[in-house]
Amino acid sequence: MNAAAVEITGLVKRFGSVTAVDGLDLKMPKGEILALLGPNGAGKTTTVEICEGFRTPDAGTVRVLGLDPARDGATLRPRVGVMPQGGGAYPGVHAEEMLRLVAACAAEPLDPAWLLDVLGLGSARRTPFKRLSGGQQQRLSLACALIGRPELVFLDEPTAGMDPQARRLVWELLAALRTDGVSVLLTTHLMEEAESLADDVVIVDDGTVIAQGSPSALTAEHAEDAQLRFRARPGLDTRLLAAALPEGYVAGESSPGSYRVIGHVDPQVVSTVTSWCAQQGVLAEELHVGRRDLEEVFLELTGRELRT
Amino acid sequence: MTTSRFAPGTFTPAPGRGRLGHMLAAHARVETALTLRHGEQILLTLLIPLALLLGLSLLDVLPAGEFADMDRVDWITPRILALAVLSSAFTGQAIALGFDRRYGVLKRLAATALPRWLLVAGRLVAALVVVTLQVLILGGVAALLGWSPSAAGIAFAVAALVLGTLCFGALGVLLGGALKAEAVLALANIVWFVLLLAGGILMVPSALPEAYATVVGILPSGALAEGLHAALVDGTFSAGSCAVLAVWAALAAAIATRTTKLT
Repeated sequence: MNAAAVEITGLVKRFGSVTAVDGLDLKMPKGEILALLGPNGAGKTTTVEICEGFRTPDAGTVRVLGLDPARDGATLRPRVGVMPQGGGAYPGVHAEEMLRLVAACAAEPLDPAWLLDVLGLGSARRTPFKRLSGGQQQRLSLACALIGRPELVFLDEPTAGMDPQARRLVWELLAALRTDGVSVLLTTHLMEEAESLADDVVIVDDGTVIAQGSPSALTAEHAEDAQLRFRARPGLDTRLLAAALPEGYVAGESSPGSYRVIGHVDPQVVSTVTSWCAQQGVLAEELHVGRRDLEEVFLELTGRELRT
Repeated sequence: MTTSRFAPGTFTPAPGRGRLGHMLAAHARVETALTLRHGEQILLTLLIPLALLLGLSLLDVLPAGEFADMDRVDWITPRILALAVLSSAFTGQAIALGFDRRYGVLKRLAATALPRWLLVAGRLVAALVVVTLQVLILGGVAALLGWSPSAAGIAFAVAALVLGTLCFGALGVLLGGALKAEAVLALANIVWFVLLLAGGILMVPSALPEAYATVVGILPSGALAEGLHAALVDGTFSAGSCAVLAVWAALAAAIATRTTKLT
């Protein structure tokens, strides 16, 4: 009973000459939300699929609720809810029909009609799966993961393709799951999602864990430098800004119109930045000095370059 | 966010597997509904056999030597029933499975408490339901055209139909579970066409060269058509045909359990 929700030791998975997971260790206590972060191809989905019993490891041990998913799948599956990446349903099946089918596989399922309503699918009950929008398909897939009242759910990019309202609903739902003692392992690309929901964040790159801890611990750990953020018109030449600052400071435009200066931020630095903006004839808006957020930590650890 | 729209305790875990009969019924019901709702499946499983039944019964296009002094409809109906099984249990099944895999259905269902064997059993039950509907409709139309099957052979015909459905169902799962959806689509249609014309459904082995007739006799299509012909025309049980179907079914099932992929 005291087994961790998920415990992975030295996991290795190769596909031909590619090593997708390379000695990954992870321990997730019961009843918490753990977010697996990492660039595309880091090995997140492969790891989750091994936990779900869809793939077998080449080396290492995986225990889910104390059981081996490759060997004890039949015992494990009724206790675990799964939302595969990109969903999964018959192209022609009606939303309600699909959910009722998955509900039939559980001993004491939630009420499918209620779950469809709360997830905003009440009007799409008789819509064939292939005509649902991407966000609706995701919500149906989430419903299928939860309908059997599982102890543990694996959610692979649960909010991908959802609009902000749906995303917020899902976050609220995940918080309710934790309140009710359901363990949640999710993968995501949204730092905001991980930062606001997860008890623990595990950052994976090249098939191995490169950082883990609570969101606040992770941002504190990597907070020897603070950062200054501001908004202004896009396209300012940040090389000039960096040149105006003392040696060792980094300045960049993180997204169009959104600028960051990283280094030890003191009043002199703030003054230098605002004066430089004044010289450019722009007003620095939403000027903010603070600890770096999870996204900064993530980019620092996994690199800023787009992977090819 | 002050209050949650989810009352505490809403998601309190209560895991467990559903009852097997309930799961099988739910799975088979969805599979059947999807087949009956799908336009191309209806064309393949019902409209084409129906058109052939009407055309070949009413028009004088078959060489008369094939059915000697019989009514054309008595000769053609068992063969149309064999075609109906080939169409739904094999071709329709394989194509649906190929695309279901593409859409992640098998993975979705394999992640539930549904046992793996039930994934196949649900499809086979659905195939039997569809074949039953096909037989009722095609048999009803044939009766209107004057079909008078041998009463003594009805039970033998039912046995041949069930065995044929299991055999072609297993072959359909074998094909649909192994290749990419587009390859399944192409191959399942080509096999359908070849077996219809040259696999003993429309041409009887006795009308063919001897070596070729032997090959046709051990094809599942030829065996099913001959088994149904023996039952419905002569009122006899064709043990040879049933043996051929059983061997094909066992072979296909044995290979399919190794080759069927979830995605």
